[in-house]
Amino acid sequence: MISKRIIPCLDIKDGQVVKGQNFQGVRAVADPVELARFYNEQGADELVFYDITASVEGRGLFVDILKRVAAEIFIPLTVGGGIRTLDDFDRVLKAGADKVSVNSGAIADPSIIPRAAARYGSQCVVLSLDVKRVGGAYHVFAKGGREDTGKDALDWAAAGVANGAGELVVNSIDTDGVKQGFDLAMLDAMAARVNVPIIASGGAGTMADFAELFRHPGVDAGLAASIFHHKQVLIPELKRYLKAQGVEMRI
Amino acid sequence: MTVAIIDYGVGNLFSLRSSLSYLGIENIVSGDAAALQKADRLILPGVGAFGDAAAKLRESGLFDEVKRQAAAGKPLLGICLGMQLLFEKSYEFGEHQGLSLIPGTVEPLAPDLPAGSGLKVPHIGWNSLNIIKDDPLFKYFTPGAHVYYVHSFYAKNCAASTLATSEYGITVTGAVRRGSVWGTQFHPEKSGAAGLSLLKAFTEL
Repeated sequence: MISKRIIPCLDIKDGQVVKGQNFQGVRAVADPVELARFYNEQGADELVFYDITASVEGRGLFVDILKRVAAEIFIPLTVGGGIRTLDDFDRVLKAGADKVSVNSGAIADPSIIPRAAARYGSQCVVLSLDVKRVGGAYHVFAKGGREDTGKDALDWAAAGVANGAGELVVNSIDTDGVKQGFDLAMLDAMAARVNVPIIASGGAGTMADFAELFRHPGVDAGLAASIFHHKQVLIPELKRYLKAQGVEMRI
Repeated sequence: MTVAIIDYGVGNLFSLRSSLSYLGIENIVSGDAAALQKADRLILPGVGAFGDAAAKLRESGLFDEVKRQAAAGKPLLGICLGMQLLFEKSYEFGEHQGLSLIPGTVEPLAPDLPAGSGLKVPHIGWNSLNIIKDDPLFKYFTPGAHVYYVHSFYAKNCAASTLATSEYGITVTGAVRRGSVWGTQFHPEKSGAAGLSLLKAFTEL
């Protein structure tokens, strides 16, 4: 049986791991390579790295970190942040990424998805989207969640998959950083529209939130940052807990 | 002991190379027939579409070279699409000839998955690997441990050479062997300690 995945996410700025609340007030928590090593030993199923650096120096540091992680950690590595061109794909794939996540880059130029899928295969292309309720609909937000694109999130995700995205990271702005549980209604709506794996992000506060998440069969993985970074939830304990509840886990 | 990773312009070889180096195994990445001949073991990697990969293997002049070395008994391990290339034929977007080192065909997962199962294609993620036939490849492997898969096509009609399988609505061919040719559909270089144990065992065969 295929297992559900537990994925810690490392936001990296100027060579440090950071995590803010509702995308604001970022603060550093640890050395990324050390943290990646820790998560691998704890049994994380995959690691996601987001480069939230704006500067050229920061970008160089990020690639260096990625290379160091990929040289000693042998689980899937997904990389995102600032991916706008095929050259960006190339840069992180050569540094050891297995999958590349596009978000704002796809909003700016949706053709990046089919072009990347044609060159690297769909399994390599992850569409990441930040979703927020506007009126009665789900909208895609850009610029780290600050700008409403007006796009319907379900249509956007379905189009991305039709164009070659092999996986979705769906982040709810409404629940992100609030630690009151994942955005299950939105995730269910998303799962009803696409047939690729869905990685749920935003809202995990407790182990029970993951148990609730995996009662929704359309969701394949749960992603979180601060609760893991601050050791509020420990991955080995979380996996044993989920397994005891009948969720297939890699332990 | 030198392991050569066959470079024919397909896929990202960074992780595979890193995993061998991490295990302390001398390795090279090469598309040069003479360099491959000097190596003690060959690994055939691959991602993407079967037809493209088979064409690139031919264009690089390595199609016959790999067949020759495998026939001469040099241990060869195909990974993911590299495993699929070991078979006779693939039905991925048409019909393509493989290396025919192992009898069997490569066919799409989607039509074979049980209707209404909600199972997604590609089959992406960690799945437990059940050993069907014991093999030195599993010397350090704990039966049932999870390994990492990413694929939309799978090997069929290869029961005689199947070593291990995983369940995904149907029984998916996970690892195969015929003589000195091994293959894994999953990625040992992305399957944590369980995967590294298989690479280590391959170099000790």
